[in-house]
Amino acid sequence: MYRMRLWSARNAAWLGALYNVWENILIRLHPLFARIGYERLDNLFLSIEKPIKGFLFDSRSCGQCTLNITGMSCPMNCPKTMRNGPCGGVRPDGACEVKPDMPCVWVVARDGNRRMNKNEHTIELVLPPVDARLQGTSAWMRKVREHNSHPELESLR
Amino acid sequence: MLFEDEPLAGENLPILPGHVSPGRLERILRAGGFAVTTEIAPPDSADPAEVYERAAMFDGYVDAINATDGSGANCHMSSVGICSLLTRRGYAMVMQVSCRDRNRIAIQGDVLGAAAMGVANILCLTGDGVQSGDHPQAKPVFDLDSMSALEMLRDMRDNSRFMSGRVITSPPQVFLGAAANPFAEPFDIRPVRLARKISAGAQFIQTQYCFDIDMFSRYMARVRDLGLHEKAYILAGVGPLSSARSAEWIRANVAGVHIPDSVIRRLRGAADQACEGVNICTEMIHRVREIEGIHGIHIMAYKQEHRVAETVEATGILQGRTPWHPGIARPLEETGLREAS
Repeated sequence: MYRMRLWSARNAAWLGALYNVWENILIRLHPLFARIGYERLDNLFLSIEKPIKGFLFDSRSCGQCTLNITGMSCPMNCPKTMRNGPCGGVRPDGACEVKPDMPCVWVVARDGNRRMNKNEHTIELVLPPVDARLQGTSAWMRKVREHNSHPELESLR
Repeated sequence: MLFEDEPLAGENLPILPGHVSPGRLERILRAGGFAVTTEIAPPDSADPAEVYERAAMFDGYVDAINATDGSGANCHMSSVGICSLLTRRGYAMVMQVSCRDRNRIAIQGDVLGAAAMGVANILCLTGDGVQSGDHPQAKPVFDLDSMSALEMLRDMRDNSRFMSGRVITSPPQVFLGAAANPFAEPFDIRPVRLARKISAGAQFIQTQYCFDIDMFSRYMARVRDLGLHEKAYILAGVGPLSSARSAEWIRANVAGVHIPDSVIRRLRGAADQACEGVNICTEMIHRVREIEGIHGIHIMAYKQEHRVAETVEATGILQGRTPWHPGIARPLEETGLREAS
């Protein structure tokens, strides 16, 4: 639903802040999660994460969420699933080359990022290609697990 | 023109110090020459003669030929197939690799095969969406995008490793290129995006059709501010339009092409529209040539291939040199590039 997706990008600033609070809570719960086992929790968290992110962002549950650096605009909604900026086909009105009724997700991402006060270069960060194995897993759980296994990556966020 | 170490047709030139590829395009660009590239329209046929005939139209006028990879998401002979045929005859090819139809396994395999056949230049593209072509039912792949494809191929070449980390015994020695569209929204991030492509591995850039010199000059000013014109060789995309009607069709139907109204008005007012199309193109070539940081032109003349030679001739941009082509006699007249190479 384009309308909801655009609303989320317009409200990127506080949605991003809210997510950061949520992520910090999850990270603190790591000892508990580790005891229960992340594999067991993945489906439970996905069942919460998927409808929320599906409603707000048309998330495709790729399992490697980039919303925080793409202005709350999900790049998996790009028909070419481009994760590194807009292609050369963006129409003069900022619409997608493939779906003329849809605004380019990267035009939306740029505006969302400005609302989140991210600098121009954040959006141009080169992201690695999608790992197809993570499709349909919880990006939240992955984040918490990564945070605890590689705390040094925190400074890159 | 011939280089002193020119091999037999179909064999590679030696790789000079500081170069990454055995190709003529890299030699000409690094020697400070103004390069001319064009595109071959791949046939809807399995007949090699059609490919040879189409390539022969450019003989003596271009330094390298791009083999398109299902452009516009329409099915034609593959870029690997075209390159295979034309490298046998010694042509310098730019193999276009689109991420639309093949995943990382297929692309890496094709690039190894292409380099083995003598392809020295690879242009990484994300590719048009399947919806724009003749098979909209197809499954779009897009496992990578142009940016991650560039990084992957650079690692294959420089670190002799597949993306998986597995060792490649003899890496593909390829000069890596990317496309840029200065004329599409969002304009403000286009130069930054070019910077990223260059840091991902792009060494030469071929731009989208340039019909709006003011817009292009503004873009190039930003590119120079970022110092990008010193990090990659930028070839401006140009091409002859055949008529006002075709220009309007291209503007409405080909993604990412910007043609100002003034160009269409000028075509419509001309007695011979095709001839005026060539005039507009030659004027554009003269004007982009004046822009600091432009190292060559890329002529896209879809269904107008026969006009490439006359366009190049009319501009005199080759400054008397004759690019290599099959059957070029040896020894040949010396060129300014000889000393530099």
